[in-house]
Amino acid sequence: MALLQISEPGQTAAPHQHKLAAGIDLGTTNSLVATVRSGLAETLPDEHGKHLLPSVVRYRLGLPPVVGEAAKAALTEDPHNTISSVKRFMGRGLADICKGCSCAEYEFAESDSSVPRIRTVAGDISPVEASAEILKALKARAETTLGGELTGVVITVPAYFDDAQRQATKDAAQLAGLNVLRLLNEPTAAAVAYGLDRESEGVHVVYDLGGGTFDISILRLNRGVFEVMSTAGNTALGGDDFDRVIAQWLAEQAGLGEEISVRKMRALRAEACRAKEALSDVESVDVSVAIKDGEVWRGELNREQLNVLIDPLIQKTLSPCRRALRDAGVALEEIEDVVMVGGSTRMPRVRELVGEFFDCEVLTDIDPDKVVAVGAAIQADVLVGNKPDDEMLLLDVIPLSLGIETMGGLVEKVIPRNATIPCAKAQDFTTFKDGQTALAVHVVQGERELVSDCRSLARFELRGIPPMAAGAARIRVTFQVDADGLLSVTAREQASGVESSVQVKPSYGLSDREIEQMLRDSMAHAEEDVAARSLREMQVEAKRAIEAVESALAVDADLLSEEERAQLDAAVVALRAEAEGDDHVKIKQAIEALNAASDDFAARRMDAGIKAAMAGHKLEEFT
Amino acid sequence: MAITLTDAAAARVKAFLENRGSGVGLRLGVKTSGCSGMAYVLEFADQTEAGDQVFEDKGVKIIIDPKSLVYLDGTELDYAKEGLNEGFKFNNPNVKDSCGCGESFTV
Repeated sequence: MALLQISEPGQTAAPHQHKLAAGIDLGTTNSLVATVRSGLAETLPDEHGKHLLPSVVRYRLGLPPVVGEAAKAALTEDPHNTISSVKRFMGRGLADICKGCSCAEYEFAESDSSVPRIRTVAGDISPVEASAEILKALKARAETTLGGELTGVVITVPAYFDDAQRQATKDAAQLAGLNVLRLLNEPTAAAVAYGLDRESEGVHVVYDLGGGTFDISILRLNRGVFEVMSTAGNTALGGDDFDRVIAQWLAEQAGLGEEISVRKMRALRAEACRAKEALSDVESVDVSVAIKDGEVWRGELNREQLNVLIDPLIQKTLSPCRRALRDAGVALEEIEDVVMVGGSTRMPRVRELVGEFFDCEVLTDIDPDKVVAVGAAIQADVLVGNKPDDEMLLLDVIPLSLGIETMGGLVEKVIPRNATIPCAKAQDFTTFKDGQTALAVHVVQGERELVSDCRSLARFELRGIPPMAAGAARIRVTFQVDADGLLSVTAREQASGVESSVQVKPSYGLSDREIEQMLRDSMAHAEEDVAARSLREMQVEAKRAIEAVESALAVDADLLSEEERAQLDAAVVALRAEAEGDDHVKIKQAIEALNAASDDFAARRMDAGIKAAMAGHKLEEFT
Repeated sequence: MAITLTDAAAARVKAFLENRGSGVGLRLGVKTSGCSGMAYVLEFADQTEAGDQVFEDKGVKIIIDPKSLVYLDGTELDYAKEGLNEGFKFNNPNVKDSCGCGESFTV
């Protein structure tokens, strides 16, 4: 007979109606799947009792791809057809990837789209397809274990993943035949796993140093509600980098030259990784490196030397920590504890330095490799409806402000950074020219005042606006960010109801290093930005004033004497010249001069207009 | 007659209750549904209701409503592993027939 699990009171499912849910930690190095059974969230092992599935896919000619340990074992012998750390490529453009280090290991196929494809014997593979293979393996494991089809899954992503990267992750899940209930930020999942939501109120920090990504999140609990106050991180820093510096050290010690083959580098990294892991438990470890033709270099690596190598990397994690604290407006004393996540936090040195930095308790009870998957499973269990009520309300935040481009290349922010999601905000815009019937909406992401300094997310056009005078149309632009952090933008002309919208699709091309850089720049350039903004605003105003005068001249030039006309033209020319310059005060003065010069003209036009309107009417009609 | 648990089942129930952090015991029951008429209920119990029968076996409180007891009397609750899957099993002497998958039954 079927095997049963204990349900929450009143939640027993009807026969054949079990709602099976799983949480998936789709990691750079390893992936896991977890589920809640009889109220207990656990990661699920494979038939060999292993919980971690190496995130490695090997493609073969004419055979189905291999995922996990078997693929990982082939990394050295078949490097070009074996894809590891594919998460780093998710939602990235080719240009981004090449800036990193791992580019040389794969052959990227030339393709028309900006999505990189890795050339293998089984054809050109996109990162989304490779991720889908990993998800399929986890899905199969969960469904065999639970004896049924999964109703839905929660997949975790680094808090810093941008829209493109989140969309790529969702695409991979769809390709694997999974129903995604929600994408959840990894640090948030970890906090859930520790049951921090069941505790009293307080501020918690989640420090997640995984295989390839680093995330820091500041969470505040308020009457049982989790709010992610701020997030920061670096998607290109993790255990892989630790391995690389150790591998480099090994190569130097062993006297290997600059030219190291892909195969040898992989072997060096494997040895580095082994030494690093061993040093979490012992003070020193023996290392060996094959030099050539059976010749082997042997040496020793101790903790002290390891610390010298890795300290700079650990220090690199602390500056995002500072930024997150500043964004959250939290003082160090308010922090109750730090949740440690990710295999790299097993290293005693990491725990030590992080504990020192935050000066509070470091939580390490739950296996740091499994904690994210466990939290995702708990969340999936709630979302699929196996709990009496929605016991948790998770709020996430937007990492960078979202806005649209306005005249003069300025950014109008619609949703500020760190706003909680899901959320929707609307703002009214108008037309710039008389009779304007279309409006180009350019959606941008970033903190700076000028469009050229922000990231372009999408562009679309609203057409069919009824012709009206400049400034008369009311166009409402609505930004909507769903629970997964994906953006849709709608523009609607209020009078006619014409509407146009866009879903932000992967427009690859911004690395998280750049996000970090953008944040830094926005602070460093605050003053310049304000000045640049005033200048652009004044230039736009100048252009508007000139156009207004010119359109008036086109209609009513006969109201002016030649002398007056010459004066007005001179003021226009003067303003046009100033608008080319970069002194916003001078532009302002020239605008004022033009206004003064056109005052009489405007008054006369008004009189003429009234006269024309009154012609043929009796005075009584107007009283 | 009574309701009993195997050692394996008792150990698992205790572990699950401890993990949950609250609850007075385990509620067993039957409800009418499913392809063969009846289905088992297996839930954590936060309280006992008026009329409930309470059995205690191997340190685990089993709570059952009197109507369900008629169908479950003499049942032994077991915890079994089948391949990668694991879970609870009702060894119920009252069952005459069950559906193919065993999730519902008739008496």
